[in-house]
Amino acid sequence: MAAHTHAADEPAPKVALLNDPKIRAWIFQAVLLVVLAWLVWVGIQNMFANLRAANISSGFGFLGRNAGFAISQSLIEYEQASSTYGRVFMVGLLNTLLVSAVGIVIATILGFIVGIARLSPNWVLARLAAAYIETLRNIPLLLQIFVWYFSVLRLLPSRREALDLGFLGQINISGWYAPRPVLGEGSGLIGWALLIAVVAVVALARWARRRQEATGERLPVLWPAIGLIVGLPLVAYLAAGMPLAFEYPEQGNFGPRGGTRVYPEFIGLLLALSFYTAAFIAEIVRAGILAVNRGQTEASYALGLRPGQTLRLVIVPQALRIIIPPLTSQYLNLTKNSSLAVAIAYPDLVSVFAGTALNQTGQAVEILMMTMLTYLALSLLISAFMNWYNAKMALVER
Amino acid sequence: MKHAIKVLLGSAVVAMTATAASAATLDDVKERGTLKCGVSQGLPGFSNPDADGNWSGLDVDFCKAVAAAVFDDPSKVEYVPLSAKERFTALQSGEVDLLSRNTTWTMSRDTQLGLNFAVVNYYDGQGFMVRKDMNINSALQLSGAAVCTNTGTTTELNVADYFRANNMDYELVAFEKADEVVAAYDAGRCDVYTTDQSGLYAQRLKLTNPDEHMVLPEIISKEPLGPAVRQGDDQWLNVMKWVHFAMLQAEESGVTQDNVEEMKNSDNPTIKRLLGTEGEFGPAIGLENDWAARVISHVGNYGESFARNVGPETPLSISRGINALWTKGGLQYAPPIR
Repeated sequence: MAAHTHAADEPAPKVALLNDPKIRAWIFQAVLLVVLAWLVWVGIQNMFANLRAANISSGFGFLGRNAGFAISQSLIEYEQASSTYGRVFMVGLLNTLLVSAVGIVIATILGFIVGIARLSPNWVLARLAAAYIETLRNIPLLLQIFVWYFSVLRLLPSRREALDLGFLGQINISGWYAPRPVLGEGSGLIGWALLIAVVAVVALARWARRRQEATGERLPVLWPAIGLIVGLPLVAYLAAGMPLAFEYPEQGNFGPRGGTRVYPEFIGLLLALSFYTAAFIAEIVRAGILAVNRGQTEASYALGLRPGQTLRLVIVPQALRIIIPPLTSQYLNLTKNSSLAVAIAYPDLVSVFAGTALNQTGQAVEILMMTMLTYLALSLLISAFMNWYNAKMALVER
Repeated sequence: MKHAIKVLLGSAVVAMTATAASAATLDDVKERGTLKCGVSQGLPGFSNPDADGNWSGLDVDFCKAVAAAVFDDPSKVEYVPLSAKERFTALQSGEVDLLSRNTTWTMSRDTQLGLNFAVVNYYDGQGFMVRKDMNINSALQLSGAAVCTNTGTTTELNVADYFRANNMDYELVAFEKADEVVAAYDAGRCDVYTTDQSGLYAQRLKLTNPDEHMVLPEIISKEPLGPAVRQGDDQWLNVMKWVHFAMLQAEESGVTQDNVEEMKNSDNPTIKRLLGTEGEFGPAIGLENDWAARVISHVGNYGESFARNVGPETPLSISRGINALWTKGGLQYAPPIR
């Protein structure tokens, strides 16, 4: 490095353009890029030519054709009679996103709890957490998915009957029939009230923090915040004439009808993915906390902070810097592992698109390429977000 | 994803090397010394391994028959268990020489996948199985039912068509492997289990209480199951066709595994041409002249294979029905060997 800066000080010696190492490096890079692009292009052309020669149909025209099969769980409108393979792709993608997103949230919360519990001075709690981690981390995920799915299925009442959960709806072997909110006239007001409350809480928190930094005086933020978030929508609800009702499921011919249905395949897959990944996250959290010097805890105690505050204000912020990078790869794993859904009939991207649609159209190359590119894009998005978060949490050097 | 990668790699290999694999499969098989035969991952009566890994079934018998015709030894078969999803790619890429895996012959599979079908070794149709205590006796009473089935099969589309045609709703629960379909149906996740009727009889044996379940009378589709080979190799296609026809002709002419040696002395010209004591039919498809005699002495005729694997004396107890010879009112018919 020293030589480099030194050289920059002197006027650069005149050399032929081709001999300039910088320009030469650029040229080589460009040539390499062109060659690579050409190879990929020729490979793809060759592939399609060969597919045609072997009488195997190719191209992406199938995406506009009618699919003609049913999908149990769909977040967007899907009609068996009229929806296309392109729609099937969207339905599968959304189902994958749903189970991954909810799974990541549950796995993170559970992982943090278990990881901290593992370090607890309470012997029973620490042993329980250790047992959880060692068991779940060391059993193949596919087996866990089968165990969750089939044991959950076997425990629940049959399709004609249902277990009444009171205000939570009904549950039986074909899923959980949760009450569905029915929005009446004027219910938009509640949404606006909630939005205003959230903005107000954020403003309040920032103001309180500035105030503390300026004067050292701590203002209560938690209770006013809860009051705002619950209170404002409640006032709006009453003012608009109570427009919100819940539709409860009722007993029908083939079991409960109505309400929002949560499928057992979704529940089984979600539980397996979250509990499995939580075991890994717990270990990452434990490692992160242990990596924070013991002196930090002692200094914090010496300043008079209580154990809870020490954990929240001193240990976790420092531990997060170590936790986030390996946490990212766990999130990626969870998302990719969700493709095991096909084993228990959850209609994710691999199951409906790379499974059923592939079989119906026979266009393996196109469909699998699309599926793989989608997973790649998902993974890159997640890591981009986590890198941004990591940069935000990184140590700010002053 | 592992499957996906396997299928994609397979497809990519087909794509890059498609022309290399297409020619002269028979020569490749002879040179290798074994026949690579794609079978199911376990379907009793059709292709199912026992505890020692010995395969048996109607589809397995077809693999053995082809091996017997080529090598005079039915054991020279390498069985490749394939999922519904993998089967066509495996054949296209040359991973197997012959696909004998209860596969429905459809126009798109025959024309768009680079494959050739030519014979039907089992005429099947899709049916429904339900619990007896549901008191249902027709598929038309199934509106609103949850239906368990396999992904990657024609079954899914037939069910969709049937329910749509009859204005009924249904909830599809589609698994990748047949074992999970059976387990989920057995646990009560679905009201109905649908697949080819032969499959229903076979899978019913795996349920906790087979007697509590019944197969509904409706058949909602045509499912001609047969072997397939790659396009562009007419000689190998002919071997596949005529091995099947020889087994049918043997049954029609009364040639069985036990009497095939005596029958070689028969005066009947049809039998003489079949067993190669007259004419030169074997060399025309690249085989020895006693090719059909080998098939019959090692595997038996079609009727024997049917009775041994799926017939009334087996746990599946399926009657010949439309799979009887044309002379007995069924659909199995072989063009003449002459």
